[in-house]
Amino acid sequence: MLEDKDRIFTNLYGNGDWGLEGARARGGWVDTKKFIDNGRDWIVNEVKGSGLRGRGGAGFPTALKWTFMPKEGVNDGRPSQLLVNADESEPGTCKDREILRHDPHHLIEGCLLAGRAMGAHIAYVYIRGEFIRERQNFEAAVQQAYDARLIGKNNVHGWDFEIVVHHGAGAYICGEETALMESLEGKKGQPRLKPPFPAAMGVYGNPTTVNNVESIAVVPEILRRGGAWFAGIGRPNNTGTKLFMASGHVNRPAVFEDALGCTFEELIEKHCGGIRGGWDNLLAVIPGGASCPVVRGEDIRTAIMDFDGLREKKSSFGTGGMIVLDKSTDIIKAIWRIAAFFKHESCGQCTPCREGTGWMMRVMERMVQGRAQKREIDMLFEVTKQIEGHTICALGDAAAWPIQGLIRNFRDVIEARIDQYTWSSTSEGAVPSIAAE
Amino acid sequence: MANIKVDGQLVEVPDYYTLMQAAEAAGAEIPRFCYHERLSVAGNCRMCLVEVKGGPPKPQASCAMGVKDLRPGPNGEPPEIFTNTPMVKKAREGVMEFLLINHPLDCPICDQGGECDLQDQAMAYGVDKNRFAENKRAVEDKYLGPLVKTSMNRCIHCTRCVRFTTEVAGITEMGLTGRGEDAEITSYLERALSSELQGNVIDLCPVGALTSKPYAFHARPWELVKTETIDVMDAVGSNIRVDSRGREVMRILPRVNEAINEEWISDKTRFIWDGLKSQRLDRPYVRSGGKLKPASWDEAFSAIAKAIKASGGGNRVGAIAGDLASVEDMYALKALMTSLGSGMTDSRPAMSGIDPSMPRSAYIFNPTIAGIEEADAILIVGANPRKEAALVNARIRKAWRAKSTPIAVIGDQADLTYDYEYLGNGFATLADLATGKGAFAEVLAKATKPLIIVGEGAVSHGAAKSKQIGRDTIALAARLATGANVAEGWNGFALLHNAAGRVGGLDIGFVPHNGGVCSADQIGLAGDGKLDVLFLLGADEYDMSAMGKAFVVYVGTHGDAGAHRADVILPSATYTEKSGTYVNTEGRVQMAERAVFPPGDAKEDWAIFRALSSVLARPLPFNSLSQLRAAIYAEFPHLGRIDQIAARSVDDVRKLAGATVKTKTATFASPVSDFYLTNPIARASATMGECAALQAGLRQAAE
Amino acid sequence: MSVRRLADEALQPATFAFTKENQAWAEKKMAEYPPGRQQSAVIPVLFRAQQQQGWVSRAAIETVARLLDMPYIRVLEVATFYTQFLLRPVGTVAHIQVCGTTPCMLRGAEDLRHVCERRINHEAFETNADGTLSWEEVECLGACVNAPLVMIGSDTYEDLTPESFEAILEEFAAGKGSSVKPGPQIVRQFAAAEGGQTTLLEKPTATRTYKPFPPPPAPADAPAAAPAPAAAPAAAKVEEAAPTKPGRKRGDVPEEAAPALKEPRLAPKASVEKAESERSKADAEAKADGKPNKAMRDDATGAESPAGKIDAGKAPGKPRGKKGSV
Repeated sequence: MLEDKDRIFTNLYGNGDWGLEGARARGGWVDTKKFIDNGRDWIVNEVKGSGLRGRGGAGFPTALKWTFMPKEGVNDGRPSQLLVNADESEPGTCKDREILRHDPHHLIEGCLLAGRAMGAHIAYVYIRGEFIRERQNFEAAVQQAYDARLIGKNNVHGWDFEIVVHHGAGAYICGEETALMESLEGKKGQPRLKPPFPAAMGVYGNPTTVNNVESIAVVPEILRRGGAWFAGIGRPNNTGTKLFMASGHVNRPAVFEDALGCTFEELIEKHCGGIRGGWDNLLAVIPGGASCPVVRGEDIRTAIMDFDGLREKKSSFGTGGMIVLDKSTDIIKAIWRIAAFFKHESCGQCTPCREGTGWMMRVMERMVQGRAQKREIDMLFEVTKQIEGHTICALGDAAAWPIQGLIRNFRDVIEARIDQYTWSSTSEGAVPSIAAE
Repeated sequence: MANIKVDGQLVEVPDYYTLMQAAEAAGAEIPRFCYHERLSVAGNCRMCLVEVKGGPPKPQASCAMGVKDLRPGPNGEPPEIFTNTPMVKKAREGVMEFLLINHPLDCPICDQGGECDLQDQAMAYGVDKNRFAENKRAVEDKYLGPLVKTSMNRCIHCTRCVRFTTEVAGITEMGLTGRGEDAEITSYLERALSSELQGNVIDLCPVGALTSKPYAFHARPWELVKTETIDVMDAVGSNIRVDSRGREVMRILPRVNEAINEEWISDKTRFIWDGLKSQRLDRPYVRSGGKLKPASWDEAFSAIAKAIKASGGGNRVGAIAGDLASVEDMYALKALMTSLGSGMTDSRPAMSGIDPSMPRSAYIFNPTIAGIEEADAILIVGANPRKEAALVNARIRKAWRAKSTPIAVIGDQADLTYDYEYLGNGFATLADLATGKGAFAEVLAKATKPLIIVGEGAVSHGAAKSKQIGRDTIALAARLATGANVAEGWNGFALLHNAAGRVGGLDIGFVPHNGGVCSADQIGLAGDGKLDVLFLLGADEYDMSAMGKAFVVYVGTHGDAGAHRADVILPSATYTEKSGTYVNTEGRVQMAERAVFPPGDAKEDWAIFRALSSVLARPLPFNSLSQLRAAIYAEFPHLGRIDQIAARSVDDVRKLAGATVKTKTATFASPVSDFYLTNPIARASATMGECAALQAGLRQAAE
Repeated sequence: MSVRRLADEALQPATFAFTKENQAWAEKKMAEYPPGRQQSAVIPVLFRAQQQQGWVSRAAIETVARLLDMPYIRVLEVATFYTQFLLRPVGTVAHIQVCGTTPCMLRGAEDLRHVCERRINHEAFETNADGTLSWEEVECLGACVNAPLVMIGSDTYEDLTPESFEAILEEFAAGKGSSVKPGPQIVRQFAAAEGGQTTLLEKPTATRTYKPFPPPPAPADAPAAAPAPAAAPAAAKVEEAAPTKPGRKRGDVPEEAAPALKEPRLAPKASVEKAESERSKADAEAKADGKPNKAMRDDATGAESPAGKIDAGKAPGKPRGKKGSV
C-alpha cells in the first residue's frame, strides 16, 4: 500500500487550489527547466527506467512509444505532435476527470516534458464532450500556464510549446487513437487503417504520439523523484502508482491512487469499505473498465491488481476501473447493458463490428429474459470470435470480451435462465424456433 | 521489387503492391467489396482478410496492407501470407455472415441479381445456414435523383459510392451519416446528385442498393445480348457495352479503356437509351402541300432526283454533316456530292476557325486523354470540359488531385470540380498570356509539358466573318503549347471537340473543296436562293429558318429540328444500329458495332446514299460496307488502324504558332449550355429531359 | 442508438446566425489549428451553435459548414455521428441526460429513468406538457464512482437517489435549476469515498528527493573494475528494493500498439538459388488436394469450430470491377 508522500495526484479530491499557485505549493513546476535542459534522451531514459506503462488500457511502455517518433534532425520538416487522449469514455473509468479538474497542471507540465522527449512543440488535448466543467478548469489552467510563460513561445523553459484544447461530442470510439485523430481533424470518429502508424503519419499527416492523460500527468513527478523511485513501487513489469476506481456494489465507491501490485481485497477494504453485504456477497468484478472480461468473485479476491496479475485471471487490467457486482446483480443484464453500450458506440465503419454488436446485443437481450435456446450460447460465443480480431480497431474486441467472459464464467446462470423461461412459458410465450428459415 | 510468398508460392512484386495485388499476382483470388482500384482504400468490408505468417494472431486486411509493411522472417526469409488457411476461410465466412444478417436477401426482385458481388461471393465464400434469429434492419430508401434508384436495405456500407462521388466525380454530396448499425448512405438531405458521372455509382455498388432507375425491373442480365461498341454522345469516344433484348436497347454500360474512359461513362452515355426508342423516324416522308406525308423509299428518292435535276447539280447542291455522323456515312455522302460535281460539304459548326488547309495536329487533342495526367500546367480556353467531355474533365481532376497540377481557365467561369485560376473570358487575355503577361504565363513558360485545351467555343464564333478569331485562337494556343521549355516529344496543343463525328469528317475532308463553301455560308446561299438542294446528314444544330426555299433532304434518325425543316426525310440508323467508324477528339479511330436493327424502314446511312446514287444514275463504286471501307482505307490509311492515333507532329503545331494574329477582341464561351440535351437522341430521351429540368431548377434555386 | 436524422422541416428555423460573441469565439477557435485545417474546429463550433440555439438545426449545420468551408454533407455526418448533438428541439429549461450504462445501472439508474418517464414524458426526447423538460438515456458520462448521475446542461448531479433526483427535477421545473448545487448530492468530497478520504490525509508538500538509478551491475567475469564510489550508498539500497526491469521484452509488445516495429526495413533479398529452391519446394507441396498443409497453423484463431466444407477459397467468377470483366 502506498503512503501519502508517494502519491502523485495530491489534489485528487479537490481539497486544495487546482490552479497554478496550488500546484506550485504541492511541488508542481519545480525543476522543469532542468529536466528540459537535460534533454530528450535523459527524459526518455528516466521514464523508460521507471517502467511506466500506458495508463489508457493497453499498457504499452510509454517511453518506448516516444522513441518511435522521428529523431531530431532526421525528420523531414513535418512537426512532431503530442496528442493527449482525454476522451475518457470507458464505463467504469473516471480517473482523467479528476486529473483534468483538480490536478490540471500535472498534465500541462507533463505535456511539456513529454513534448521535449519526442521533439514536439505542440500538444493537442482531446477532452470528451461531456466533460464541460472539467474542460473549463483545464482551459483555465492552460491559460495560467501561458500567462506565467511556463508554456507558449519563448517561455521560461526554453522549449517553445503550444497546447490546444479540443473536445469531442459524445463518441466512445474517439478514445481509439486513430479515431481520435480523425475526430480532431473535424471528421467522423472512424478509426484509420494501420499501417501507417501515428508515429509515422498521424494528425494532419504529421508524426504523432497518442498518450493517455494519466500516462502524461505522472511524468513530471517521475522526473522529480527519479525513475528509480517509480520503478521501486509495485512488481517488476508492473511498476508505479495508479489511479484506481471502484464503482458498483462496493460500500463506498471512490477514485484513489495506490501502488500497483496490491490485491483486490486490500484495495477495496482500505479505500471502499468492502463489498456491499460482505465478501460472501461478491458475485463478480469487471476489473478494468467495461471492455474487460468479467472475473468471478472467488477468483478476483486475491488477484493482484496489475497488468500481469489480471492477465493470469484471463481478464485485463485495462484502466483500473473496477466494476463490482454483488449477488443481487442480474449478471446477464449487466453484461447486456455493456453489449448495448458497444452497439451504441460502434462507429459503423467495418462489417463485423457494425453488424455483430447489434446481433450480440439482441441475443443478449433475449438471454436476459431466458428467451433463447441453449445452443445459442455457443453460437453467441462463436459470433464474438467472429468479431474479435477481424475489425479495423479494437472496439470489436472490446465488445466481444465481456460476453466471452460472461459465457466462460456464468454459463450456468444463462442456462438456468433459459430453463426457467422454458418451464414457465405458455403457448403465448413460446420459445422462438430458429429453424424457420 | 519485393519478394513475398503467397500460399507457399514465391513471387516477386513491386514493393508498392498491396497484399491483395501480390496475392493476385500469385494467382490467389481475394474476395472484396469495399476495395476498388480506382478509389481510395477504405478497408471496411473486411472480406479480403488474409493470414500473415509471423504477424499477430489475427487476419489482416490485404487491401490495406502493403507488401513493404511486412517483416521478413528471422533469417531474412521473404514474408509469407496465406489465402487458403482455416483462419482465412473462417474469417471470410464470418464476415459474409455479418454482411448477410441484415441484408434482405431479396435477390429474386433485385435488379442486381445475376451480377451481384454479394450474391457471387456468398455462393463462393459463405455458409449455407442462417443463425440470425432477430429481425432484420430496415432502412429507408433515399432519393438521389432521377438516375439512381436506391434500396438501402441492401446496402453493405462499403462507401464506394461516397468515395467515387467525392474523389472522381468531384461532388461532395454523398456521405455516411449516423453511426453503428444505423449508419446510412445518403446525399445531403436527399437532394439529387449534381454530377454528370453519377451513374457510375450503379456499377460500383457491389450490391443492389444503388441501381439504375430508368432500367428498373426491365430486364435480367442473363437475357441480354451484349455488344461492345463506342459512344457518340461526345467526342471522347467512351468504350461502352450495349445490352439489348430483341430489337430494344435495354441499357448501356462502360467498358474499360485506360486510354479513354478508364471505366467510367457519363450519364448522357449511360441513360440515353430511351431516346433511341422515341421520336424515331421509321419511314421516309415527303413534303407535299406544305405537310410531311409518309412515303415509300421510291417516292422519296424520286422527289430528290427531281429536285437535283432541277438544280442542275454542281455547287447548287450542298451537304452538311451533323454531330453523330460516322466516317462511312460522310464518305458515302461526299462521294455522292462529288459525283454531282459539288464541293459543298462541311461537317464543322458555323464559322469554324479550323481551316481545311490546316494539318491534322491543328484539330485533334494531341497529348491524348491519358496524357492529361502527365501535364504539368493546364490552360483551358473557351471550353467547359465538365459539360463538353465529362470524362476529360474527370481526367483533369485526377491529375489535379494527384499532382496539384496548376490549371487556368479563359472562358466561362464554371464549377469544374477542381480549383483553377480564372483569367478572364476574352481574346485579349489569351493574347496577353501568349506574350508572357501574368503569373500564369510564367507557369506555362516553365512547364515542360504544358497542356492547352482549346474548346469549340474558342474556335467557332458563329457570327459572320468570324473565322479569323478561331484561327488566331489556334495560333496563340499553339504558341503557348510550344514554349521554349517544352519536353522533347510532347505536343500540348489539344483541341477539345464536342461532336463524335467531327474529327472523322475533317479526316476524310468533309469540308468545302472545289469551290464549295462552309456550312454557314451554304445556309446563307440557300437563303439567298443560290443553293437549291441541301442534304442534312443528321445535322440539327444549325439555323433551320435561314435556309430559304432550298429543297432540304434530311437523313437522320429523330424528328428533331432538321426533320421539321425537311422536304424529304430519309430515316437512318443510330450509332447502336449500324457499324460505323468514329474518330474521337484525340484522333483515335474506333469502330462502333451494331447492337440492334434500325426501326421500321430505316436504313443505314451509307446504304441510303448508295441507293440514291443509283436513282440519280451515278452509282457509287461500292455495294457493301466492306467495299466502302476498302475505299476509305485506300484513300485514308490511318482510318483502318482501329484504336490507334495516327502520328502527330509537333512541328505542325509550331507552324501554326507562326501565323499572324489579327483579332483584337472576342469572348470565349462554351457552346454546350445544357449537358443533357446536346443531340437529337438526348432531346428525345425522357430521362435526359428530366435531368435537364432538374438541372435548370437547381440552377434557378441557386441563383 | 437509433437512426439520427435532422428534425422535421416544420420545426426548422429558416436561418441561423451566431451571436457576435460566439462568432468571434468561433473564429478564434478556428485560428488555433494549423492553417487550412479550420475544419478541425467543426465539433467545438457546432457545439457552440447548439449551446446558442438549444439544439442543432439544419440552418446551423449550413452556417457552420460555410464558416469552416466544408461541404454540408460533411458537417451533417459529424452532427449525426456524435450523439451529444441534439438534432431536435428539447426542453426549454432543461434536457436531462441520465447515464444508463452498467456502473450507473448497478446503482439505480433505471429508477432515475423511471422518474423521468413518470415526471416528464414516457418517451425520451419528448417534452413535458409545458415544453420545459425533456430527457434521454445516455451512455457512460464518465463519473462512475459517483453513480448514478444525470447531466443537465453543463453540470452533473451525482450520487442520486430517485428522491433526490425528483427534488432536483422539481427545482428545474420551477425554473430554479441554478439553485441546485452541482456535483455529489450527498455529503462527499467529489470522487473521494463517502464518509471521508482514505488517502491524502497528510498535507501535500513541495519537497521532493530525486532517487537515482543504481549503477549497472558489474559483469561477473570481468575483474572487479574500480567501482564508482559515488554510487556506493545507492547500491546498498538496491538490495532491499530490487529495481524492476524497465519495459517489456520485445516479443511481449502488442503488435497493435507497436508502430515502429512495422516500419519498412531493409529486407535482405532472397538469393536467386534460394528463391528457386523454395519455389520448387513450394510447388511440390502445393498440390491442391484440399488437405491442410503445414502452412496452416493449428493455433490459428477464428477456427474454433470445425470448418464446414473445404473449398480452397475458389470463387466461380472474379469479383466485378476488375479489368475486362464488366
